[in-house]
Amino acid sequence: MSHHIVEVTHLQHIYPDGTIAIKDVSFCITHGESVAIIGANGAGKSTLLQHLNGCLEATSGQIRIGDTPLSKRTLPDIRRTVGMVFQNPDDQLFMPTVFDDVAFGPLNLGLEGMHVEKRVTEALTQVGAGHLATKPPYHLSGGEKKRVAIATVLAMTPDILVLDEPTSGLDSFARRQIMSLLKEFHHTKIFTSHDLDMVLDICQRTIILHEGAIMADGPTGEIFQNDDLLATCHLEKPFALQGCPGHSRDTDATKP
Amino acid sequence: MMSINAAVIDLKRLELLADGNTPTHALDARAKVLVTFVFIVCVVSCSRYELTRLIPFFIFPTVLIALANLPALFVARKIALISPFVLMVGLFNPVFDHTDLYQIGHITITGGWISLISLFIRSLLTVGAAFILIGTTGFAAVCQALERLGIPRIFTVQLLFLHRYIFVLADETSRASRARELRSCGKKGFGVVSFSSLVGHLLLRTWHQAARIHTAMLARGFVGQFHARRQSRFGVVELCYLLSWSSLFIALRLFDITGTIGKVVTGIIP
Repeated sequence: MSHHIVEVTHLQHIYPDGTIAIKDVSFCITHGESVAIIGANGAGKSTLLQHLNGCLEATSGQIRIGDTPLSKRTLPDIRRTVGMVFQNPDDQLFMPTVFDDVAFGPLNLGLEGMHVEKRVTEALTQVGAGHLATKPPYHLSGGEKKRVAIATVLAMTPDILVLDEPTSGLDSFARRQIMSLLKEFHHTKIFTSHDLDMVLDICQRTIILHEGAIMADGPTGEIFQNDDLLATCHLEKPFALQGCPGHSRDTDATKP
Repeated sequence: MMSINAAVIDLKRLELLADGNTPTHALDARAKVLVTFVFIVCVVSCSRYELTRLIPFFIFPTVLIALANLPALFVARKIALISPFVLMVGLFNPVFDHTDLYQIGHITITGGWISLISLFIRSLLTVGAAFILIGTTGFAAVCQALERLGIPRIFTVQLLFLHRYIFVLADETSRASRARELRSCGKKGFGVVSFSSLVGHLLLRTWHQAARIHTAMLARGFVGQFHARRQSRFGVVELCYLLSWSSLFIALRLFDITGTIGKVVTGIIP
């Protein structure tokens, strides 16, 4: 049995105002895969991600994490398995210090004393933010906040990492830092992004959402070569594939 | 809008003070909560014309600020913030209460003035004690202590969320007000009309932001219980702390120590 598999079957979500955000979405993500969910604004990416650890309840359809179907009863276990990093780190960081924030999850898991400290120190070291432990989160830069937000989730030792726009609003250096960090993780990774160069760099597989439905699901390199598909979904080719100077074409996803 | 930002940063600083490593910080939060409770009851129960009995109570904040290494000036500034509100509450005491209490030469001091000063001192003492409690314990630990003392969890969690909501509201308010100010070109910016719309937006925005933060908390295993990082138990030290301070407060409340000292001194020096 593996907890690292995410299986979504005929998922549908309708918001209370009647907006159909997700239409009959099905996919299966296996152990260790790195998958990007991309699409234009309002395509339903964030809505879809929020279903993966039960932050939103599906109108219909089913989600399984490993062998466990997502339900109210299994929610605590699923939330430990699926670590969610939100788009805006300010939503995720709410405790007085970085240490307290990273400790929030392990304390909720019932860990105490030295075990919590060990988890927090390990998670902060992993994202290169050990020196920020005593700082209040509101004193951090955007890149630091993002790394700490990732550490808050890593401290819960999840099997699957779900990240909503991990590089949005970051400068190029902070963006590179986050990308290197994500490459190092051996978790199953699922993220949404408008940063298609990052997607090309990190993800072997890409799912395109358009108006709540899946338009394409396949190897990233192939999907980004399909100009008609990208145009229909209001997307543009990554700069690396447009022959822009300074953007390497030699990425993981395009390698044979 | 600097004042809102500064107030929020000050509030957060108060929380950070609770990470200190003094013996006072290490005490079980329940002992500190109970001592503060006894202190507040003793201070508040003094009659409105009592002044001399209140003065010795200043020993508690003074000693704790020294023992816990709290920045005295910072705490004093925080306490001073509430003084305008207290003065507003007691503003009409001198107008309506003309009971003659003291005579200094030709000047008669009425009960209204004494009750106003008494109210002011009592507010300084009680608010100061509350600030010191948060500065030495932390809000989460205080709420956890309240829960362990038997207060229903629903109230303590409400308190904690209210505490978090203050920061969310203040952040949003400072952003929205800055945007309004910058486009008002130094004028009133449509006055009350735009202000009322801004308040409405603030409510909705903070509502959504609070919902997102709650979602992030749920995603990290929050099940309606906050955990304080510092683990402690109610031992002998806590019992001694509670009994010694409580006995002192009750003694100060029951016996007019300053009056007695005054009588002794004036007896010796006629």
